[in-house]
Amino acid sequence: MLCGLEVQEIARNQAGSPLDRRSFLKCALASGAALGINGVAQPAAGIGSGAASGTQDDARFIVEAKFYQKLAERKIKCKLCPRECTVGDKERGYCGVRENRGGVYYTLVHSRVCAAHVDPVEKKPLFHYLPGSIAFSLATAGCNVNCKFCQNWDISQSRPEQIPAEYIPPQRVAEIAKQYNCPTIAYTYSEPVIFSEFLMDAADAGHEAGIRSIVVSNGYMQEEALKAAYGKMDAVKIDLKSFSESYYRQVVTGQLKPVLNSLVTLRKMNKWTEIVYLVLPTLNDSDEEFRGLAQWVKANLGPDVPLHFTQFHPEYLLKNLPITPVPTLERAKAIADAEGLHYVYIGNVPGHPAQNTYCPKCRKMLVERVGFTASQMLIRKNSCPFCQQPIPGIWHA
Amino acid sequence: MKTMRNGSRRDFLRQSFAGAALLCASGGAGALAAAEPVAAKPGAVGAKSRVVVARDELLRGTDSKVDSGRMLALLDRAMQALAGHDHPAEIWRTLVRPSETVSLKVNTLGGRGISTNVLLVAAICKRLQEAGVRASDIVVWDRDSNELERAGFHLAMGGERVQCYGTDRVGYEENLAAWGSVGSCLSKILTQRSGVLINVPVLKDHDGAGVTIALKNMYGVIHNPNKYHPDGCNPYVADLNMLPEIRSRMRLTICDATTAIYEGGPGYKPEHCWNANSLLVSQDPVALDHTGWQMIERKRAEKGLKTLEAKKRAPRYIATAADGEHKLGTNDPKRIALVEV
Repeated sequence: MLCGLEVQEIARNQAGSPLDRRSFLKCALASGAALGINGVAQPAAGIGSGAASGTQDDARFIVEAKFYQKLAERKIKCKLCPRECTVGDKERGYCGVRENRGGVYYTLVHSRVCAAHVDPVEKKPLFHYLPGSIAFSLATAGCNVNCKFCQNWDISQSRPEQIPAEYIPPQRVAEIAKQYNCPTIAYTYSEPVIFSEFLMDAADAGHEAGIRSIVVSNGYMQEEALKAAYGKMDAVKIDLKSFSESYYRQVVTGQLKPVLNSLVTLRKMNKWTEIVYLVLPTLNDSDEEFRGLAQWVKANLGPDVPLHFTQFHPEYLLKNLPITPVPTLERAKAIADAEGLHYVYIGNVPGHPAQNTYCPKCRKMLVERVGFTASQMLIRKNSCPFCQQPIPGIWHA
Repeated sequence: MKTMRNGSRRDFLRQSFAGAALLCASGGAGALAAAEPVAAKPGAVGAKSRVVVARDELLRGTDSKVDSGRMLALLDRAMQALAGHDHPAEIWRTLVRPSETVSLKVNTLGGRGISTNVLLVAAICKRLQEAGVRASDIVVWDRDSNELERAGFHLAMGGERVQCYGTDRVGYEENLAAWGSVGSCLSKILTQRSGVLINVPVLKDHDGAGVTIALKNMYGVIHNPNKYHPDGCNPYVADLNMLPEIRSRMRLTICDATTAIYEGGPGYKPEHCWNANSLLVSQDPVALDHTGWQMIERKRAEKGLKTLEAKKRAPRYIATAADGEHKLGTNDPKRIALVEV
């Protein structure tokens, strides 16, 4: 158990096995206590408990949303994600964390942190961003999709009042990150799209304190909101869940095309971006899909965008599927390599050599990773020390 | 699909046996079934689902408030028409046994303007207690205690009174219940305090689903209703009502149409409300929803509004609930025995 350990120890222990959802919440909250976050160390209750944050002063968390349009009869249209929910008075959008009150749309999760933790940045995963560093990672309740394989459905698929949470305003987020020598704040675990207002304010507070921000997101977002919110990020990890519209519709409850558009927009913004593709046996693991994905990435984003093929573990509504076989992940990598991508990784398989970074020119190993820890980092001045090949990424603070 | 927990399965079997015995004892075409809805079984010859629409044009006094005595009489008249015999206490005894816990799932989203009428709930509680159910074994509930209070209910937890509180006070089950497109955590009031579930919704237009009456009222039972509003809530409403934890407990729907809304719902829009002064009662929630939908359409036509179909928000989930996969009831007018009293 990670609960209650000191920060450095938490970071060292991240290479262990994935936490189950109950442990995740307990640890997230308890580590908040380890971080000195007042009040976060409530008993981890999750949705199964009685009163969660419904007993808290909700007014502290409620801020007018940034991205919406007012309609007739006190309705609104949300302009945050491509779903464009039309929401009547007293109703919420699909995400469950935005509510129409008398024709004004509010986010209910500003500064409403339900999970706070210190993680290695490799856990996000971001492999070309400050390897070996740690990030103060946080989340609020809610998500704008409903992936049948979600590992964190306890928080992502719940309403904020159903989840224990703590009031941590942006300045406090920056203070905690600084206090624990985290060069980065990470918005992660649930879906940061839905807490964009908080993310933007926390990123501003962090930057004022010399702390960067990264986001782990599904990229299912409207362009204007993406530019405004993720424009404040120093790096972005996008979960591209499939290369098929039907999969997005049936398994994710979303759409592929807007996510691809987001990736292209991030590229145009020169935002450092890495892509994770969670491979689900029988659902998104065909050669054609891997090939189509790799070709699209190369053509639209370039060969230097890191692509992580990660192993699926049964969870939530897809407990009937097996763990992704390692040979399937290796097949995906081989196809993407053959299509000319330079940095293709295999994730969630501790000890696999495809977790390391290799120079695409001389093939020498440049970053060695053990679990979520970067054990060796040889890149100097953003280049391979052996052949001077530039290695794209943000390698040094 | 998730199976029922042991306790629930035992409850279900016990109720089924008890229900079968009661059904045999009561007999008659209009007899109530205690264990399962008397929805018409597809293909069954002559099987019809009875839906009662009871009206009282004098339900309200001169100050437009509902009269409690007339409300009780209206409820009795509706139940007598549903059951086919006259004695109120006997009718309720065919529905519930004194040893059972009974919960009334009301709808309080719309505040005091368009929520389940408190006097209707009081009338139901009175008849349940006369049938032998202890007051403390009756729970009046919705998802949120504050919403219950705003709708005019007085919260009560503990003691010998009728209980009244929201799921926020006790939480949701940690495990998921899943059927088809739905995967949700269920209110502990449903799973732990409801041997029998009586659905007490409101007759309402719904800007997304078309209408919200009996079937959709179950959105207030789960932790993630916001996930099931796309595509006019279809097939989510039907799938949700297939959960064994709901289906095995559901025994009766008493829809409050004293005040109803034909446009702009589910929130309260006084300009679109009308005093229908009615109750709709049935053991077939699909037939009741179909009937209620037609009432809303008639009112819309009277007001010069387009049909829900023309507005591209016809409640398609009602047909889904009746299809061969769900069989939650019937939406076929030929198989609905509409009784107006």
